[in-house]
Amino acid sequence: MNTSRPAASVPYHFKQKSPGVIPKGLTLAAVVIIVLILGVIISNVFLGGIGVINWEFLSHPPENGMEAGGIFPAIFGTVAMVFLMIIAVVPVGVMTAIYLQEYTRPDSKITRLVRVAINNLAGVPSIVFGLFGLGFFVGFIGTGIDSIFYSPGRPVWGQPAIIWASLTLSLLALPVVIVSTEEALRAIPRELKEASYALGATKLQTIVRIIIPQAMPGIFTGAILGISRGAGEVAPIMFTGAAYYLSHLPSSLHDQFMVLGYHIYVMATQSPNIEATRPILYGTVLVLLGLTVLLNLVAILIRSHIRLRRVSA
Amino acid sequence: MKPRVSGNLFPAPALYEMEVEKYSFKKKSRIKEFVGEKFIAANALTALVVILLIFIFIFKETIPILTSPEVKKEASISRMTFKQEFYPKRDPKWSWQPNSDVPKYSLLPLFLGTLKAALVAMLFAVPLGVGAAIYSSEFAPRRLREIIKPVIELLAGIPSVVLGFFALIVLATWLQNSFGLTYRLNALNAGIALGITVVPVIFTVAEDAMTAIPRSLRQAAIALGANPWQVTFTMVLPAALPGIAAGIVLGFGRAIGETMIVLMASGNAAIVSGSLTDSIRTFSATIAAEMAEVVFGSPHYNVLFFIGTLLFIFTFIINLGGDYILLRMRERIQGKTK
Repeated sequence: MNTSRPAASVPYHFKQKSPGVIPKGLTLAAVVIIVLILGVIISNVFLGGIGVINWEFLSHPPENGMEAGGIFPAIFGTVAMVFLMIIAVVPVGVMTAIYLQEYTRPDSKITRLVRVAINNLAGVPSIVFGLFGLGFFVGFIGTGIDSIFYSPGRPVWGQPAIIWASLTLSLLALPVVIVSTEEALRAIPRELKEASYALGATKLQTIVRIIIPQAMPGIFTGAILGISRGAGEVAPIMFTGAAYYLSHLPSSLHDQFMVLGYHIYVMATQSPNIEATRPILYGTVLVLLGLTVLLNLVAILIRSHIRLRRVSA
Repeated sequence: MKPRVSGNLFPAPALYEMEVEKYSFKKKSRIKEFVGEKFIAANALTALVVILLIFIFIFKETIPILTSPEVKKEASISRMTFKQEFYPKRDPKWSWQPNSDVPKYSLLPLFLGTLKAALVAMLFAVPLGVGAAIYSSEFAPRRLREIIKPVIELLAGIPSVVLGFFALIVLATWLQNSFGLTYRLNALNAGIALGITVVPVIFTVAEDAMTAIPRSLRQAAIALGANPWQVTFTMVLPAALPGIAAGIVLGFGRAIGETMIVLMASGNAAIVSGSLTDSIRTFSATIAAEMAEVVFGSPHYNVLFFIGTLLFIFTFIINLGGDYILLRMRERIQGKTK
């Protein structure tokens, strides 16, 4: 045995069998491949699409069977849809998170049941959400409203519409908002709540005046991630409101609408002349991908900010 | 912020006044508290109610397959499962042709397609996801780790329609030219694109499981003279194995249910074949492609909802199973069970 080195300062085994180059290299290769895949996808879409992006493209409707013109109605529809979705999902998601974190014990039966439901909701295939939206929102709620308030004949609410698409998507985004809000709630220092109670505030007052304002960055992150998720989903809105092509913008909650993701699907698979639509297709993909990547980056930044604050607190 | 104090502290009011004020404050705020809590609780039940509603409303449209004689004539469970003699004097076979003169609703071609795509996705995603998770949790310097995780989150954030587009336009051409494939859109192409969405699922769950292994266990291994990769492979990996398995199971559920990628990149041909380079048609893509044109209340409509029910039940079981494994592992690590 080599005794020339003092055993205490350099652990002998570490030097002898030291670092498993092969396992380390193989697992590093996995990381590198993943990064490469992401890089290839983003750069391919960017290079293919950047050429057609200009103000004309973003502000004009499609023309000539989608072989010319822009994508304004799809951008408008996407923004309107995620706006409605966020209005529906954020209050419910935040209240669920508050209930789980502030009102119940983590091991109580109701908490477990709700948690199982949330996890399951996150795992339900998006196409099943689409079927549910069709059967429940369009077929049950919409037709129900029609049969009560409107004379029989043409359906008003009982047909695919932006409101039903948004509500379907809000169910999909619900777990995202809940998880993000919960993370923020857990990061709030206990002293703040205790100080509030010590001043005589009730639980509800503490929640409204202390906890929610403190959790705001987390709620915001959840909303952003929800928007990003909702803006990219196509399967849930195919039968609940999205349209191939409309010559007018949606003007009421029961109108159909165009949306970026569905527009991409239609152009990529149903176009009679794929070569002619390809630049516009790439441009549309770039807009959607740019939007989701940007939203995700913002969410990542806010979240790392929250984590830093928790570490320093 | 100036602290707000409710109720008068100074000067002390007469006793009877104090009683009255205290009482009224309490009563009003008690009602408010009660209503507030119940309102929040009611909202918290949304997720639970929605899961139940999804099951009820999907299953509701499936019932005619089990009860209605007219629907059963075309699409009973056995007609969907076993080989059928669709035309007299021809060999019985499995076939999915819902719009033909003799509608054929065999689910086997779709089942095979779904399985093939998911299989390719898992072969692609498991090594990448688990490998990256091991590197991130065990070997990566802290700085690098802070970069790897957001990169994977970004990958998870790519809309599936964009991945479907990429597989359809770029990946399919590349695969065909590189390997000389007969069909441009096939199980291999769709499966690889599907794998890209599965990687973040596996990575996240597996990485969480490995970082959750207590430091004391690692320190014990180091104290016994293990070097970093011995710590990983003899200590951390065995302990985190249930978590990694859960990640793989949840990833598989994701691969089965994903829609837009397979709809765009798989070729959508319902063929009974074992080859990975043939076109395929999956359960989810079938619903997406056919639901828009189907006649409301027809057997075809019921069959599509039946497929939806199958997908829902399957992913439900997968998610429950994955959660259960993770829960048990967490309890074991915290020493609650032996």
